Amino acid sequence: MAVYTMKEAKPAPSTSKGLVFWLRENLFSTIPNTLLTLLGIYFIYTTIPPLLDWMIFDATWSGTKEEVVKEGARWIFIIEKFDQFMYGFYPEALHWRPNLVAIISIIFVFFIPRLSSIKIKFVSMLLYPVVCFILIRGGLGLEVVGTEKWGGLMLTILVAAVGIIASFPIGILLALGRQSDNMPIVKTLCVGFIEFIRGVPLITILFMASVVLPLFFSDGIEFDKLLRALIGITLFQAAYIAEVIRGGLQAIPKGQYEASESLGLSYWQGMILIILPQALKISIPNLVGSFISLFKDTTLVLIIGLFDILAMVTLTNSDTSWLGFEIEGYVFVTLIYWVFCFSMSQYSRVIERRYNTDH
Amino acid sequence: MSEQDYMISMQDVNKWYGDFHVLKDVNLNIKKGEKVVICGPSGSGKSTTIRCLNHLEKFQEGKININGTDLIEDVKVVRHIRSQVGMVFQHFNLFPHLSVLENLLLAPTWVHKKPRHEAIKTAMMYLERVKIADQAHKYPNQLSGGQQQRVAIARCLCINPEIMLFDEPTSALDPEMVSEVLDVMVELADEGITMICVTHEMGFAKKVADRVIFMDAGQIIEENEPHEFFDNPQSDRLKLFLEQILSH
Ligand SMILES: Nc1ncnc2c1ncn2[C@@H]1O[C@H](COP(=O)(O)OP(=O)(O)OP(=O)(O)O)[C@@H](O)[C@H]1O
Ligand SMILES: [Mg+2]
Repeated sequence: MAVYTMKEAKPAPSTSKGLVFWLRENLFSTIPNTLLTLLGIYFIYTTIPPLLDWMIFDATWSGTKEEVVKEGARWIFIIEKFDQFMYGFYPEALHWRPNLVAIISIIFVFFIPRLSSIKIKFVSMLLYPVVCFILIRGGLGLEVVGTEKWGGLMLTILVAAVGIIASFPIGILLALGRQSDNMPIVKTLCVGFIEFIRGVPLITILFMASVVLPLFFSDGIEFDKLLRALIGITLFQAAYIAEVIRGGLQAIPKGQYEASESLGLSYWQGMILIILPQALKISIPNLVGSFISLFKDTTLVLIIGLFDILAMVTLTNSDTSWLGFEIEGYVFVTLIYWVFCFSMSQYSRVIERRYNTDH
Repeated sequence: MSEQDYMISMQDVNKWYGDFHVLKDVNLNIKKGEKVVICGPSGSGKSTTIRCLNHLEKFQEGKININGTDLIEDVKVVRHIRSQVGMVFQHFNLFPHLSVLENLLLAPTWVHKKPRHEAIKTAMMYLERVKIADQAHKYPNQLSGGQQQRVAIARCLCINPEIMLFDEPTSALDPEMVSEVLDVMVELADEGITMICVTHEMGFAKKVADRVIFMDAGQIIEENEPHEFFDNPQSDRLKLFLEQILSH
């Protein structure tokens, strides 16, 4: 027989011994690894410095286009056309209105998750779109600006935001409908809608929205072009959101439904208080992925004659006094898209961490 | 006695899953304050039986009456019955996105429309009773299995039920946590609540149960008061079953 005494915990042995050790462990541990490291360094060396030269060190930031002497990017084009890229044909004197909407939106995005009162959250979520709409379009004493004047980045963000916000509740309802085995007709309709939309490219839906929707309003009612695009995009996005949320719903154990039922909660109480918060939480990464795709897809609205930021670049390039500035324009648009998509994915991580209760 | 005098009464209840006959003519009458333990081999229909009592499962034939109300397919009736019946599950089924306290507040505030401060007072009292009040603001996943199951019991008590159903409440627990949960259940039994418990914990059955019921293949095979049940089984199937659970 043997009896052992309890041991004290010891600190873990330190394995990381400075920079050289780290380099050897991670970059040069084996011959293939060393080769890949060298290849990577070569690739970075041949691409990054010329790119930086073009974008920054050899770039022209001021003056007129006749004075350009340097080899690099001529950002003066962007500076000259900046307002059009941002606002399209929105009257210059009223640019403060979209700007105010932008500020309100940033505050909204950062402070809503921090609010603890559900009532204030709810009210501000209802108020936010109304306030934004009135600010941009006008009315209530503000000068009205028709949608044909909206354009540029403002339009891109607006289409994406409406698509995301409006499709979200519709997507949730479609996902729940698809799950409702005891209501076969609702279920069939939801499945049919989702599968139809997912089997068709967005561009087709946009064409249909701009051509087919007006047929339903035959007696000469002018149906706003932007509104048609928004309806098309919202329906399109709703189908994808529904599938993402359905994935989240399937991950919720049956026991959660049973516990909520056995406590006497109704179907909607159980869904809103128990099931959806958990399902949405797991779905955040996929939801944001889908939002990012939508943000990029919004540029297809240029096909039906709306001037989003990409369309504005193409348009300004055909200005006869500014020919040959495509590259600057497209690099600028690329950067804008990247900044927005990257911020969205970072924001999703913040949200994910906030709602994590698994520690 | 008529069915109205029983807290729970099941008459000739039959249930099928597709073609599979799960419950066969189950008859069970339980008086107010009675403690009943159900045991039997896996798949014998124990869970199904008690899940029919709060309409987590539907049954096709027979009649169930809970505290004077016939259980029928009607949202209001089902709600009324569920407000009198608490259910504790094998896997606790706490809501992981809500703190322990919020788990307990849900039914009182949303179903029974109690003011929040009152619900908090009641919830803290029950947490006190299951000896876990200091964990009120933690999340379920931060607690041990035994603690989680005690929270689940407190969550049921917050709706102030007439009847408590337990479906193998200790079989997902590590051995050293079984007794902390059973202790809470014994205390509860002493307070006179009507109780049905599916369990194979013989010690608990002998200490608490007024009656032990043996189910096999969807039928009630034998029932007796606990000492006779374990020491003097009548049917061959129960003898075999007891041999098996005692042999390890
Ligand atoms: N949703 C279902 N569909 C089809 N068959 C089912 C379903 N749920 C349970 N069954 C079957 O019904 C029978 C009884 O199940 P039940 O869960 O009541 O058994 P149990 O006595 O609780 O067993 P255990 O000790 O394993 O929990 C089993 O044979 C099971 O396979
Ligand atoms: Mg069972």
